[in-house]
Amino acid sequence: MTDTPVLELQGVSKRFGAVQALFEVDFHVSPGEVMSLVGDNGAGKSTLIKCIAGIHPADSGEFRFEGQPVHISGPKDAADLGIEVVYQDLALCDNLDVVENMYLGRELVDGARRLDETAMEAKAQETLRSLSVTTVSSVRQTVAGLSGGQRQSVAVAKAVMWNSKLVILDEPTAALGVAQTRQVLELVKRLGEQGLAVVLISHNLHDIFEVADSITVLRLGQNVAEFKRTETNPQQVVEAITAGKLSKIPGQQQEALA
Amino acid sequence: MSAVTEPPVAADAPARDTVGAYARRWLTDVRSGDLGSLPIIVGLIVIALIFQLQNDRFLTASNFVNLIVQTAPYAVIAMGVTFALLLGEIDLSIGFVSGVGGVLVALLLMPDGNELPTVVAIALALIAGLGIGVLHGLIITKVGVPSFVVTLAGLLAWNGVVLLLIGSRGTVILQNSFVIGVANDFMAPGLAWILWAACVGLYAAVQLVRLRNRRKAGLATDPIVIVGLRIGGLALALGIVVAVANEDRGVPWVGILVGALLVFWTYVLNRTRFGRHVYAVGGNQEGARRAGIDVDRVKIACFAIVSVMAVLGGIILASRLRSVDTNTGGGQALLYPIAAAVIGGTSLFGGRGTMKAALLGAIVMISIDNGLGLLGLSSGTKFVVTGGVLLLAVTVDSISRRGRAQSGRA
Repeated sequence: MTDTPVLELQGVSKRFGAVQALFEVDFHVSPGEVMSLVGDNGAGKSTLIKCIAGIHPADSGEFRFEGQPVHISGPKDAADLGIEVVYQDLALCDNLDVVENMYLGRELVDGARRLDETAMEAKAQETLRSLSVTTVSSVRQTVAGLSGGQRQSVAVAKAVMWNSKLVILDEPTAALGVAQTRQVLELVKRLGEQGLAVVLISHNLHDIFEVADSITVLRLGQNVAEFKRTETNPQQVVEAITAGKLSKIPGQQQEALA
Repeated sequence: MSAVTEPPVAADAPARDTVGAYARRWLTDVRSGDLGSLPIIVGLIVIALIFQLQNDRFLTASNFVNLIVQTAPYAVIAMGVTFALLLGEIDLSIGFVSGVGGVLVALLLMPDGNELPTVVAIALALIAGLGIGVLHGLIITKVGVPSFVVTLAGLLAWNGVVLLLIGSRGTVILQNSFVIGVANDFMAPGLAWILWAACVGLYAAVQLVRLRNRRKAGLATDPIVIVGLRIGGLALALGIVVAVANEDRGVPWVGILVGALLVFWTYVLNRTRFGRHVYAVGGNQEGARRAGIDVDRVKIACFAIVSVMAVLGGIILASRLRSVDTNTGGGQALLYPIAAAVIGGTSLFGGRGTMKAALLGAIVMISIDNGLGLLGLSSGTKFVVTGGVLLLAVTVDSISRRGRAQSGRA
């Protein structure tokens, strides 16, 4: 965890009209690290990942991917770099089966431009197995028939199948029961063990303290604290979320500039 | 059958299914509401029995050939409109777009001294269909007008175009032998059997190659007995069609055309990226967009397919009737195809439906139409009965869907 961060952001700002959603946020995540991003509602967590995923390109700030300065201006840029986002609603197609979902938009075709079902099914099974996802009994069943935890597993497997380097999970356990939450947290740990950089967004401190290596706290669009899990406790994190000290106040600075 | 209580079987557990396991899985599917083509095949048998008991002309070779020819245009249009239904959209204009196609071909081929070559006339009509479909698609995707409204406007406008094209002629008699032949010529019995053998051979080859590839990749395969039964079933079904049709005038060429279109579009839907994207857009449009699929392009292509197939259906209909008039594209061509697709099991909410369903649905619709006609019933009765059957089919589907929802397969 001492090598170059996979992704490093410096001074990223984003504003929607009159709302300053992000103000000079610094953020970094290294290979094999599970970085948790926490904050109250409206703290800017979603905006930050949307900047990283290229859905809302940032207004200003520096992005470095594996040490190289990069510019992410669209979802495709992010995907090309190896950044995959698993959104809260998972974006799976209920009417398609597991393999079809995992390859959606990137289907393999053979020489005659036919779908190469055999290769896709074999690779999908291999990916699920490498993540030790054993609860999906058939990769040819439709996603509609899967439980919440299984769907989450499929969405995560879909994200890691593309030699991705950074996987961002947006509240992966928000809608899950106890047993399924356990499944997904195990999966998150394994992603880290496989050397991927993982960004985990969650409201559940219990989950975070179970799997995260580090915790970045956002408050009102600024990062107010960064902790190592081993050196902190939930009490400290809650304090940072609700009353973390804002180092810069956007309005004042702009007035000063003007 | 909640998925959570399922025993945690490894994703790669069964290398090869036994026949027993296959049958058990099929039964589970049926019980949980995934009926497949079962209700419609049962329905067809019931319809055949009822009409045969009422009038013994229904199940004759001659009427069988009539059925093929009568079904063909609606089956073709129904296959096309399935592409709109798969997206969760609808195309109400198919009837009069088919009318435009039929009328265009009839007019372009009118032997008035400057008629076009047959191929050129048909190609022009199909290109007109393509243009109409792309126009619908562009308005729906780029402007954002709901497909219901766009194609409702299309229904009115293309009806007007049919009337304008026909003008004061009233009725245009088709005189081109090729176009008339589409629905009125029949295959030589020997040729039909050769084609039968070729189809069965090809199907067997495709199935066996697939079995071998999957086995080589170490994936679960269907039991060889089931594959054999499938090949045998196809050989038997097609064999009966050929044998019965040969008793009478022979297999109509238009039947071959419908079969070829069925195979072609099924291939497109199941074996190409485009087909996969059609299902994805119908299942979860936002998910498809995030997966990098160009949703607008898929939609425009689908509406283009709907209109081109409608034009093709219109040409077949004109060929069967040997003429076009001011009513062309109205009446049955208007809503029979959508009803046929829905009876076959295509969902109006998108994401679920097949070409086979459209064909089977069309056969049901036309069998009822034909049978009631043989009984000498008025078209009033026909429409009431057809409406009832449509409602019944959708009811069966809704109830089976409830079963699916309860077993988590919504």
